[in-house]
Amino acid sequence: METPRIRKVVVAMSGGVDSSVAAALLVEQGYDVVGMMLRLWSEPGKEDLNRCCTPDAMMMARRVAAKLGIPFYVIDVREKFREWVVGAFIQGYMAGMTPNPCLVCNRRIRWGVLLQQALSLGAEWLATGHYARIIQDERGQFLLLRGLDTSKDQSYVLSVLGQEELRHTLLPIGEFTKPQVRDLARKFGLPVAERSESQDLCFLAGEDYRDFLMRHAPEVIRPGLIVNRRGEVLGEHKGLAFYTIGQRKGLGIATSQPLYVVDKDIRQNLLVVGPQEDLGKRVLHAAPVNWILGEPPAEQFRAQVKIRYTASPLDATVVVETPQQVRVEFDQPVRDITPGQRAVFYQDDIVLGGSMIISTSMR
Amino acid sequence: MVWQERVYLDYAATTPVDERVIKAILPYFSPNFGNPSSVHFEGQQAEAALEEARERIAQALGAKPREIIFTSGGTESDNLAVRGLALAERKRRGATRILITPVEHHAVSATAHQLEDVYGFKVEYIPVDSHGQVDPDDLRALINADTALVSVIYANNEIGTINPIAEIAKICCEKNVPFHTDAVQAVAHLSLDVESLGVTALSLGAHKFYGPKGVGALYLRRGTSIVPTQTGGAQENGLRAGTENIPLIVGMAEALSLVLEDLDRESERLRTLRDRLIEGVLESIPRARLTGHPTQRLPNHASFAFEHVDANLLLMHLDHEGFACSSGSACKTGNPEPSEVLQAIGLTPQWAMGGLRVTLGRGTSQDHIERFLEVLPQVVEKCRVINRVS
Repeated sequence: METPRIRKVVVAMSGGVDSSVAAALLVEQGYDVVGMMLRLWSEPGKEDLNRCCTPDAMMMARRVAAKLGIPFYVIDVREKFREWVVGAFIQGYMAGMTPNPCLVCNRRIRWGVLLQQALSLGAEWLATGHYARIIQDERGQFLLLRGLDTSKDQSYVLSVLGQEELRHTLLPIGEFTKPQVRDLARKFGLPVAERSESQDLCFLAGEDYRDFLMRHAPEVIRPGLIVNRRGEVLGEHKGLAFYTIGQRKGLGIATSQPLYVVDKDIRQNLLVVGPQEDLGKRVLHAAPVNWILGEPPAEQFRAQVKIRYTASPLDATVVVETPQQVRVEFDQPVRDITPGQRAVFYQDDIVLGGSMIISTSMR
Repeated sequence: MVWQERVYLDYAATTPVDERVIKAILPYFSPNFGNPSSVHFEGQQAEAALEEARERIAQALGAKPREIIFTSGGTESDNLAVRGLALAERKRRGATRILITPVEHHAVSATAHQLEDVYGFKVEYIPVDSHGQVDPDDLRALINADTALVSVIYANNEIGTINPIAEIAKICCEKNVPFHTDAVQAVAHLSLDVESLGVTALSLGAHKFYGPKGVGALYLRRGTSIVPTQTGGAQENGLRAGTENIPLIVGMAEALSLVLEDLDRESERLRTLRDRLIEGVLESIPRARLTGHPTQRLPNHASFAFEHVDANLLLMHLDHEGFACSSGSACKTGNPEPSEVLQAIGLTPQWAMGGLRVTLGRGTSQDHIERFLEVLPQVVEKCRVINRVS
């Protein structure tokens, strides 16, 4: 008699409560579970401060795995992380953008290297502790949905995934709220380590990104002129990477009305400032696009669009100019649209896709 | 968890404690819990057990009971020997050079480096050949009146190579320089006689020969000056303060007796299995090489390097297939560095990252080796593919 095969899943563990509970739920559901943790790159000497993989976090993950009786391995991706993620971060700033390296990490490290490791070990899925959900529709396609706990929803950072990744992904805690996850951790008797919920980048180790850039990419820091929309010179800037769209403080110019960073002119190395009214933009242009289903739902469609991980979704019309390029027209002017960040398109709970913001315009 | 039947092939890391050893240990937690320094009956019983253990271990090594110092393990024995002998020799005759090899266990090399950094000694290296073996003539050229201590590992933990300890000891004896050897890996497999070896000091640790963790011993030739590294009470002839760990010491003595009872037969059995393993690996896996000496190596020890293989990945996949193995460069925290030992014997980083150590023991059967030989080639190939695509 043939015994039914128990299906294998690799869970990405961080030592935090979310991924620990994800692992425990999978064990409870009868999967053959293997824990893995990524060893990411840190600046030499700052390993203890890396938000994603301190030695303490690693020890915690190891303890959780031992408690659950599952094998646990650390995967060294320091070189790749440095090359791909930190590299993209520096290049983004060089191009005058404000990059989000976590998205690169998710796409290339977690759902790249780690998923590949999982599959090579004979696992069918990679599981993570993200607050998001995956369901299969009647046509067999995988849909990415917001987590049920909308205050913790992390579907934004998963908008880089496609059908091939979602087919091999489990998100066990997407159906729960954070308080429920904490209760589950207690129920499973897991050592609960609350990781700081800060959105800082792990490899900055709590430091300001500008200091990091000065050390690792001093060529990014080119001083230039601050101008207004009419091209009048108002002062000097320390380098475009030091400023973000919408920033008011620290410009070092005295004027009667408050001025904000409204634009960056990369080619001429100009920081463009203006009054608050100039911050509102109706249109953003974005490329390349990742469509969760592999193609856009229509040539143009209504959606709620998030322009940043922490931003609220805003009503807009998404116009598909080419499958790899979209124009998003907001119903109301939107402040602080920042090139380099990601625009993610939702219809209610469903993530349709996402794309890197390239530029903005008034119409 | 779905866990295949496990095959343990990491006896150089540690061994399971023999049932008979556990049985010998237990009475010394209770009822025979006494402190051997006490005057009363309970103390006398404990002291008798301690001294009987000392005698058994001395006998096993061809030493006198007074020459055995109990410690917390191989690492402490190495610390006591290297630090204690170096400090004593400097005090006695002002000698400041320490000679070690590039393939010492960290218990020796890190201690020597501390003596250099903090105490003003100078550490120098006796070279090793591509098998990791010392040529006694190299030592002859390096040793002089300023040499405080020579320490050479008996059999290397990572590559299994056995050093010509008796010849090295002879040179040191001629020059009146104390000679220490870390024999931690050797004890379970080679018959050791300190008289014919001619060493000044020799370290061993019980958990490498089916005894408990946390206990070891240092053989120290009578009449040798040494500075104790742990000070306090007068236990262990004033050389190692602290109440003796009677249960574990009794266990170590029992384990050593049991191992020696069966040493020749078991070593022969393991040697046959090991040779089959080495032959099978080199036959079936391209770009693979044996590391360490082809013949002058521990009978239970096989070690390999595979080009363009990440040892951590290899160990993970082997673990998942049910095989517990090890590697010099393996590290649980995911920051592997190319193995120092493999680099010392001339391997380039693309080979030195891919070290695999397979060490056999009592639980190893022919069937285990054949199953391992079926799995390993696929796993190595898988690791190479992952290496290429990612």
